Amino acid sequence: MTVMRVRRSAVSAAVVLTGLLLGLGIMPASAADTAWSDIVAKARGQVVFWNAWGGDERINAYIAWVGSRAKALHGVTLRHVKLADTAQAVRSVLAEKAAGRSKGGSVDLIWINGENFKSMKDQALLHGPFAESLPNFKFVDVKDKPTTIIDFTVPTDGYESPWGMAKLVFMYDTARISDPPRSIAGFLEFAKSHPSRFTYPAPPDFIGTTFLKQALYELTPSPEALQKPAGDNFEAVTAPLWRFLDDLRAHQWRRGRSFPKNGPTQRQLLDDGEVDIAISFHPADASSAIANGLLPKTARTFVLDRGTIGNTHFVAIPFNARAKEGAMVIANFLLSPEAQAQKQNPEIWGDDTVLAMDRLSAPDRKMFDNLPRGVATLPPDQLGATLPEPHPSWMTRIEKSWLQRYGQ
Amino acid sequence: MLRWIPALTLTLFLVPVAAGLVGTVLPSFGLMPALGGTVFSLDPWRELAAWPGIGTSVRLSITTGLAATAISLSVVLAFCSTCHGTQLFGTLRRLISPLLSVPHVAVAIGLAYLITPSGWIVRAVSPWATGWELPPDLATAPDPYGLSYIAALVVKEVPFLLLMTIAALGQTRANATLAIGRSLGYGPATAWFKTVLPLVYPQIRLPVLAVLAFSTSAVDVALILAPNTPPPLAPLVLRWFNDPDLTRQFLAAAGASLQFAVVILAAALWHLLERIVARLGRRWTTGGSRGRGGAAGRKISVTVMTVAICSGFLSLVGMATWSFARRWRYPDPLPSEWTLTNWTQQADSLLWPLWTTVSVGLAAAVIALALVLGCLENEQRYGLQPTTRALWLLYTPLLVPQVAFLFGGQVLLSWMGVAGTWPALVWSHLLFVLPYIFLSLTDPFRTLDERYVRSALCLGATPSRIFWQVKMPMLLRPVLVALAVGFAVSVGQYLPTVFAGGGRYITLTTEAVSLAAGADRRVIGVYVFLQAALPFVAFVVALGLPAWLYRDRRALRVAQ
Repeated sequence: MTVMRVRRSAVSAAVVLTGLLLGLGIMPASAADTAWSDIVAKARGQVVFWNAWGGDERINAYIAWVGSRAKALHGVTLRHVKLADTAQAVRSVLAEKAAGRSKGGSVDLIWINGENFKSMKDQALLHGPFAESLPNFKFVDVKDKPTTIIDFTVPTDGYESPWGMAKLVFMYDTARISDPPRSIAGFLEFAKSHPSRFTYPAPPDFIGTTFLKQALYELTPSPEALQKPAGDNFEAVTAPLWRFLDDLRAHQWRRGRSFPKNGPTQRQLLDDGEVDIAISFHPADASSAIANGLLPKTARTFVLDRGTIGNTHFVAIPFNARAKEGAMVIANFLLSPEAQAQKQNPEIWGDDTVLAMDRLSAPDRKMFDNLPRGVATLPPDQLGATLPEPHPSWMTRIEKSWLQRYGQ
Repeated sequence: MLRWIPALTLTLFLVPVAAGLVGTVLPSFGLMPALGGTVFSLDPWRELAAWPGIGTSVRLSITTGLAATAISLSVVLAFCSTCHGTQLFGTLRRLISPLLSVPHVAVAIGLAYLITPSGWIVRAVSPWATGWELPPDLATAPDPYGLSYIAALVVKEVPFLLLMTIAALGQTRANATLAIGRSLGYGPATAWFKTVLPLVYPQIRLPVLAVLAFSTSAVDVALILAPNTPPPLAPLVLRWFNDPDLTRQFLAAAGASLQFAVVILAAALWHLLERIVARLGRRWTTGGSRGRGGAAGRKISVTVMTVAICSGFLSLVGMATWSFARRWRYPDPLPSEWTLTNWTQQADSLLWPLWTTVSVGLAAAVIALALVLGCLENEQRYGLQPTTRALWLLYTPLLVPQVAFLFGGQVLLSWMGVAGTWPALVWSHLLFVLPYIFLSLTDPFRTLDERYVRSALCLGATPSRIFWQVKMPMLLRPVLVALAVGFAVSVGQYLPTVFAGGGRYITLTTEAVSLAAGADRRVIGVYVFLQAALPFVAFVVALGLPAWLYRDRRALRVAQ
């Protein structure tokens, strides 16, 4: 219990330390083990309703695989509630809190990050901290992948557990175009020379908003302002973004009057030949799409010269979840080398691991080493720099402004 | 016991609708204690009025709803008038029945693929006929005017209105009336419009209004095919309802109440249209013009009807083809690589929604059937006369827009502590299943020759024995068909599942709608295929079982 109290009041650095200590076995491991075996015992037989974005069939298939493994290993039944927007899950929990339902809530686990996490954390809608108490957390690369504990500039404080690394990349078909843009300004040039062949998903879809943030990073004169909450400086900082989008609109697919609903829809448009570029959060997406018959074999990936935005995605447990133990068992399984390697396989999904290779046992590391990279995936040295996510307040306000300008 | 069934039915039926409406209207005036709304206020309505594009949304709801209803009705009436009594009539009637049972969502998804610029139609004629090496940059599904949305509604409503019209024709002496008209020298279609329509229309008026109410407030079809900048009112209300900002609940309530008003307004406009047509029509009817043979009119009406049916079928076939495709790129008219993995990979994740769909559908249909049989038996045993008012009450859940009372219904369910449970889900489906079961069963039940009952009574049988051993065996086929109709209606429900299921229950239909928002077309194909197949299987069983049971009872086989 003292451990818990210390962690609750600790800042993120201390959380990392605790995690490390746990990982190195300096903490009283036997106590942690009994606590965890209690949780595993309670989890058996529970049904976990995992509210997770359901827009990509390969991810849905991976989640179904997690379900079958969780059933086999721990007797936990996983139900994937497919969301169009993670905000729906936030809303459900918030509505239940308003109605006084502090137990037996309808959501057990949420796939989350960024502004949804901040919103739930701020409103005390989350159970925790739990992340560092998961036995597999010791494998997480908190040092070289700091976004596993700092989500969009907000410390996670153990209220969400990482399960994947994302980095913005672009996909195109080399059979159709050979000159993909190398910068945000380049996209405007591209759209002018290839009229109605470029678009981006409509916010609040996360690929759409990330494209806007990426554009903002390159266009604004003061990118450092993005690391702090947006305030009175919003208009000044974002003015170049709106100029860019206004210019882009006339040359966009459907003249910017309609937009794809999300990333996979745009990838389908790329395959259908309606557009020339699709946007993704997974560097191995093009390879994975080729392997799964969703893109032609000539599809390839490109990134921008000045780097692209990267982040980590997490799972969190609502304060009123019915199957908290089951949810923790799932979160822990997601961090296992087995689940992480399966996820990183481009033939399955191609989502990068959050684990540190040097903390894994030799056979586990071999699982990762043996993964194919895929024909359309850029090697690590060509993937470019990773830009940090802006503070979530930027995303919220950009979404709102975008809807006012282009969404009505 | 039996005497209480009509009251019980109406209670199960009208109380939730009424309570749901109250639960929607109160928050629209700021009253929703769970969210701190305790003071009467007009703010939600002010916010609604100030919402950008709200006028366009309302106009879109009304115009698309009226257009879809008017077009569907015209197609059906033109077809019935020009083909009455022909062999073609029977053929098309049989063809159209399977379409009736297919959920709206399945047709909408399929139609979207059919008519999108990189869709099946363009693929079939490109690039050899069109020269389009790349798909043209045209917004067709959805299009800015809501035309594809109207088309999807028409494809689904034409079968329903056609079957309702055929049922109504059976209750009028249409053939005799037509014969007299023809003998006076009137052309076939003219005679039909002048003499049969005035007899038939009053009988199909309620179904027409139900079509109007549905088309003015559809959510699932609108999510897939309606313009979205801005969308019609009903999907907009759903968006507010799902907004993470809970203060939007008040706005959503005001929007849902407005949706109710919009349906009433549309019905009033329709009524006005009826009056105008009736006034002009009366003059035309008595004017004495005989009309021509109508060969051209017949060609046109048959063509339009065929196009409607074919687009319905092609929509489903297109998605079914996708479910077996591995690679199917523009402009290939058919997949270049075929596979079964779409099905094998989905098998696991399909089980749960499939189980919910089937269990809820069967439960709702069986309960509704029991209630309807109870009501009908009660009516017959005590010699009650069915009134038009009772029929209107029965139609209530079909006339009041779903979003208007399901919003409040969810408040009611939460308050009772049953939100997101299986019984709540069955109950919400029951509201929509029951009217259709009633519609489908009433005629066969009421027209069963009462001499069988009398003979049985003379032989000393009790009324309940007569019910189980005389009526049920003779009515087995219509009863099973009614069950299949109810099941099909349940399979297609989207909004009730979303509201009453509380995210804990998903069905093939809710899953198809969320997948339609972008995911893999090959997987959407699997869901659309199953959605269409389930009701079809139910109908095959409903028609096949009695035929098999009564294979050596010729008289029973033709009893219906």
